[in-house]
Amino acid sequence: MSTSAKEWPLWEIFVRSRQGLGHKHVGSLHAADAEMAITNARDVYTRRQEGVSIWVVPASAITASSPDDKEPLFDPANDKVYRHPTFYKLPDEVNHM
Amino acid sequence: MSPVEMNLEARFEAYVADEKKIEPKDWMPDAYRKTLIRQISQHAHSEIVGMLPEGNWITRAPSLKRKSILLAKVQDEAGHGLYLYSACETLGVSRDELLDDLHSGKAKYSSIFNYPTLNWADMGAIGWLVDGAAIMNQVPLCKCSYGPYARAMVRVCKEESFHQRQGFQIMLTMAQGTADQRAMAQDALNRWWWPSLMMFGPSDAESPHSAQSMKWNIKRFSNDELRQKFVDMTVPQAELLGLTIPDPDLRWNEERGHHDFGPIDWTEFQEVVQGNGPCNKERLAARRSAHERGAWVREAAAAYAEKQAQRKTSSTEPHAA
Amino acid sequence: MTAEQHFQVALRLGDDAMILGQRLAEWCGHGPVLEEDIAMSNIALDLLGQARGYYSRAGALEGLGRDEDQLAFFRTDQEYRNHLLVERPNGHFGDTMVRQFLFDAFSLERTQFLANQTVDEDMAAVAAKAVKEVRYHFSHSSQWMLRLGDGTEESHRKVQQSLDDLWPYAGEFFVADDIDEAASLAGLLPDLSHVAHAWHARVSEVLIQATLQKPTTTWSQRGGKHGIHSEHLGFLLAEMQVLPRTYPDAAW
Repeated sequence: MSTSAKEWPLWEIFVRSRQGLGHKHVGSLHAADAEMAITNARDVYTRRQEGVSIWVVPASAITASSPDDKEPLFDPANDKVYRHPTFYKLPDEVNHM
Repeated sequence: MSPVEMNLEARFEAYVADEKKIEPKDWMPDAYRKTLIRQISQHAHSEIVGMLPEGNWITRAPSLKRKSILLAKVQDEAGHGLYLYSACETLGVSRDELLDDLHSGKAKYSSIFNYPTLNWADMGAIGWLVDGAAIMNQVPLCKCSYGPYARAMVRVCKEESFHQRQGFQIMLTMAQGTADQRAMAQDALNRWWWPSLMMFGPSDAESPHSAQSMKWNIKRFSNDELRQKFVDMTVPQAELLGLTIPDPDLRWNEERGHHDFGPIDWTEFQEVVQGNGPCNKERLAARRSAHERGAWVREAAAAYAEKQAQRKTSSTEPHAA
Repeated sequence: MTAEQHFQVALRLGDDAMILGQRLAEWCGHGPVLEEDIAMSNIALDLLGQARGYYSRAGALEGLGRDEDQLAFFRTDQEYRNHLLVERPNGHFGDTMVRQFLFDAFSLERTQFLANQTVDEDMAAVAAKAVKEVRYHFSHSSQWMLRLGDGTEESHRKVQQSLDDLWPYAGEFFVADDIDEAASLAGLLPDLSHVAHAWHARVSEVLIQATLQKPTTTWSQRGGKHGIHSEHLGFLLAEMQVLPRTYPDAAW
């Protein structure tokens, strides 16, 4: 009854929805190889014209940041407001800068 | 529980209460993970078992347009099953394990799909009532606390509204059609009404997992609340169709501001859940057979991929000088 | 070329797509893996769309006011003009993929001609959309020929058997009759001997890669284009046509 053969690997799918935009993660699927992952992604994730380009990445190839590192990784950016353009108050005449 | 775990659990509870999303690698209580795996996999199984009663009519759809619509719809359900299995896999369980549980009868799926589809109007009734009830259950899940599930549900809900609309359109066409078609439409409503109400699950007092799920923001409204909302929404639609809902107790209650409706036959519900519905055995047999008949295909593709990968490695290896 | 012949050409195109689409749709919910279930449904949907396009053209050419549904649901098996290959039962996944592969390789040549060269602008419009679909279908079925042919021992054996079984039905593609000849002379359809040449090249290339033996038989089953079908088509149509024929006055 149980599945003896090895399951097809999992792939993470990224779709570029329009020219000029970046690829965005849309979900995942199983495929035996990269070529099949692309065609499956086309059928699964772009049935309603959601995309113009697809990336597939083996899920096992992704290294993610650890949630435990959330604070050391991301909090230090909190107080660097001077990186944002809104930090700089300019006279109205040039405020569209 | 160790003090560290208690601390983690308290942080988790506060996080969820704050309407924040839990992501796969975040710490979560074991019971939360288990509840999600149970619920998401049941949901995924329901989508793929749910392909069968409608798939039953694809080859007999009465026009080429209807055939295309129905095929696209059933195909969407395969897609929804896939999104949901993927969401479930982020919790550390493989699709094969989930499928094994379905095939062995260990995992449950929505019991509505154990009823037969007997005439073409059933395609209308399923879209209108079954998908309608499903949407009502599913829209709140778009905001559920587990990120991958919530995101999968956003995709599912976007696609579901086409399903419900095409179903209602079939009902409308049939209800306004020939006497035979009107009879089919009424017959379909008669058979699908009560099972649709059962889709919301046992009443709140009897529902084993509800309270905890509400607290974890996996569930947002109680079974009875959603069921009432569904009845209130559907009654005027049935009137518009000129069809009669098969419930002599159904009437508007001015005081409550809701429709009262008759008692649900929970014995039937339990029997169908336990495997004694009209089509339980066929549905499971069909899923099992597809999986077993596909084994050699999946193995072949895996073997080919492995060979290709090896060929690539050996061709890029530097040649001995 | 007579108007009747022109009509027959459109009908043959529509019937091939219709019957193969109907066959593939039978898979929905029963595929070997969820992802492939979705892929096969997509191909079936493309074929149904093509059938509808060619039927509309056929109806217009005939001029009797028959629409796509009247052509699909109210003709008998003897009035159907599809090639025998597309009505073969699904069998196992390997049978289905070989049937698809042999047909796609043929359809690709035919559809490319229709999209780029045919004198019938309405058919060219249908084909312009179809050609992209068929290109994808051929790539999909070719990939499966490679995976099954060069996969495991079991898959190799199975798919070689499928190929041997279905090969004799592919020959009918290239047996030109008076309609094919008139259509080719008029610039409506490609010359079938050219199509045969391209088809063999395309198919051989994939089969070699797939480590499969090209069958040597030169015998071909034929009759579909003239309405003489296998026993299978009657059942397929009985199922497909049951509702419109039982309730001929109903609109759906």
